Amino acid sequence: MAVDVGIQGAMQDPAAVSGWLDHPPRMGFFTDTSVCIGCKACEVACKEWNQVPEDGLNLTGMSFDNTSGLGADTWRHVAFIERPEAGSDHGFRWLMSSDVCKHCTEAACLDVCPTGAIFRTEFGTVVVQEDVCNGCGYCVPACPYGVLDKREDDGRIFKCTLCYDRLGAGQEPACAKACPTDSIQFGPLDELRDRAQGKLDQLVEAGVTGARLYGQDPSDGVGGAGAFFLLLDEPEVYGLPPDPVVTTRHLGEMWRAVAVAAVGLAMAVGGAFIGGQR
Amino acid sequence: MNSSRVTQNGLVDTRPGREAPPGSGRPTGSASAERSRGGRRRRPIEQPRSYYGLPVLNSPVWESREIAGYFFLGGMAGASSVVAAVAQRSGRDSVVKPAKLAAAGGAMLSLVALVTDLGRPTRALNMLRVFKPTSPMSVGTWLLSGYAPAAIVAAATETTGLYPAVGMAASAAAAALGPAVASYTAALICDTAVPAWHDGRHEMPFVFVSSAASAAAGVGLLAASDADEAPLRRLAIGAAAAELATDRLMERRMDPVVAKAYHEGKAGTLLRAARVLTALGAVGAAAGRNNRQLRIASGAALLAASACTRFGVFHAGMASAEDPAATVEPQRARVSAGSAVGN
Ligand code: SF4
Ligand code: SF4
Repeated sequence: MAVDVGIQGAMQDPAAVSGWLDHPPRMGFFTDTSVCIGCKACEVACKEWNQVPEDGLNLTGMSFDNTSGLGADTWRHVAFIERPEAGSDHGFRWLMSSDVCKHCTEAACLDVCPTGAIFRTEFGTVVVQEDVCNGCGYCVPACPYGVLDKREDDGRIFKCTLCYDRLGAGQEPACAKACPTDSIQFGPLDELRDRAQGKLDQLVEAGVTGARLYGQDPSDGVGGAGAFFLLLDEPEVYGLPPDPVVTTRHLGEMWRAVAVAAVGLAMAVGGAFIGGQR
Repeated sequence: MNSSRVTQNGLVDTRPGREAPPGSGRPTGSASAERSRGGRRRRPIEQPRSYYGLPVLNSPVWESREIAGYFFLGGMAGASSVVAAVAQRSGRDSVVKPAKLAAAGGAMLSLVALVTDLGRPTRALNMLRVFKPTSPMSVGTWLLSGYAPAAIVAAATETTGLYPAVGMAASAAAAALGPAVASYTAALICDTAVPAWHDGRHEMPFVFVSSAASAAAGVGLLAASDADEAPLRRLAIGAAAAELATDRLMERRMDPVVAKAYHEGKAGTLLRAARVLTALGAVGAAAGRNNRQLRIASGAALLAASACTRFGVFHAGMASAEDPAATVEPQRARVSAGSAVGN
């Protein structure tokens, strides 16, 4: 039995905190939605490479989006949003964005996993080990972004691995490889953050309203995402939470309240029995 | 196809113009370019709260029968172990054995429920690979691994009369771990992104132990003789009062968008039923000094109330996970107020 104390607090080298002594730079994704053309090559490449099963051939009626959201069998999800906009060419503005697991610096899923199935790789990414997960399902509601889910006919939980196998072989993840516009960029996180800031400055200068980075800030509620985004509208428009906070930041308070309550219970029972005969 | 290569060392062979911002290719001076650059004609349009009204979170994959059922059984068992040990010390003999049996039965059913709810029940023992204080489920598994055998041995020795010394040690161990078993489940559900659970984190442990205490008082009232009922009556009344108060406090302290989950739908119905049953159980216990029948009825009401509370809290969480507004609105309010964690 190993004692895994998990990860809390702000830190910028999660791989080192998890015990990787000599590790490669932290790798991540920068998804620049301003150049996404909604071709779904990333979704397809991910399914192909990771052998992710088919998850229903549904017509949702949600623009061109027929996969709805991230889950056990959708590890890249392209969102399509038609925002009515007076004065634009077609009367609406079309937003497209390829969503993915954020590979959080402080990952709730990893913190709460009771089997140690979820671990931090040497690249600083967050991966579920299929051969360890027992499908307890705790990680599913722990994730503030709604990324993981249970594969019903399998019983275990699945999510993006940031192509751990490909990274190990010096390759980029399948989605980034397939993306024809470089909307999905893969690389060392530091470099991606610089590049994203440059792109944002360009857009602001060009007068593009609503452009913002999402998840690039190491001081945010998850300590910064390993996979972050350049969005053109509020995060919730894309189905992303505007200010997610890793739940385990509050775990100390919870344990304290639990301890007080437990002592209170013992004292209440004791008091009821001791307090007088009748 | 993509002509640039994204390598672990960054981007190589980039195409010229790949950084072109949208709109930069349009003929300058045209009306549309003017608009998109200056943003003059943009008018604020009502901000959708989510993507096509879909939830932001993925809902828990737990079954209510197993998991809410476990919260009830585990709480009842944990508190009953304390009742059994204290009753034994203070000579309330009619309560001791039933409380120990309830604790052992609750513990065994809890284990069955927990294993059944796993996606891969044959891998249940993977829980014992690690001990993680950051995971209330891990802490709980270790607690239960100590508690359940103790409660079972305590009941077995009490029933058979064999090995009284072992029995004493086992009941003491069960009584020591019982309160933790009854309360850690609050941290388990609050340590998630589910708004109705996470936002109740300061009060939930008190709601849960009150509910556990009233269930254990219920078990005691079912069994207690006229001579032994007094402590259980006091416990029942105290627990009921605490349950009604903490539950109210929890909902009052929450953002109304989140607290809604506790008032509506299945959760609302269950929690209203829990309040009525709790009140009835407490009144019955108070009036049942010399009336066994009434005590049995009120004991049953308290047990039912405790179960309704747990199922109600469980369903409130499910409903709030499915409600994008519960996730987005409090976060959006933080951002608008400039108090976002990311600021
Ligand atoms: S986005 Fe969710 S699944 Fe991905 S690392 Fe963060 S908490 Fe885990
Ligand atoms: S479902 Fe699997 S990966 Fe998720 S917390 Fe449980 S054991 Fe860990």
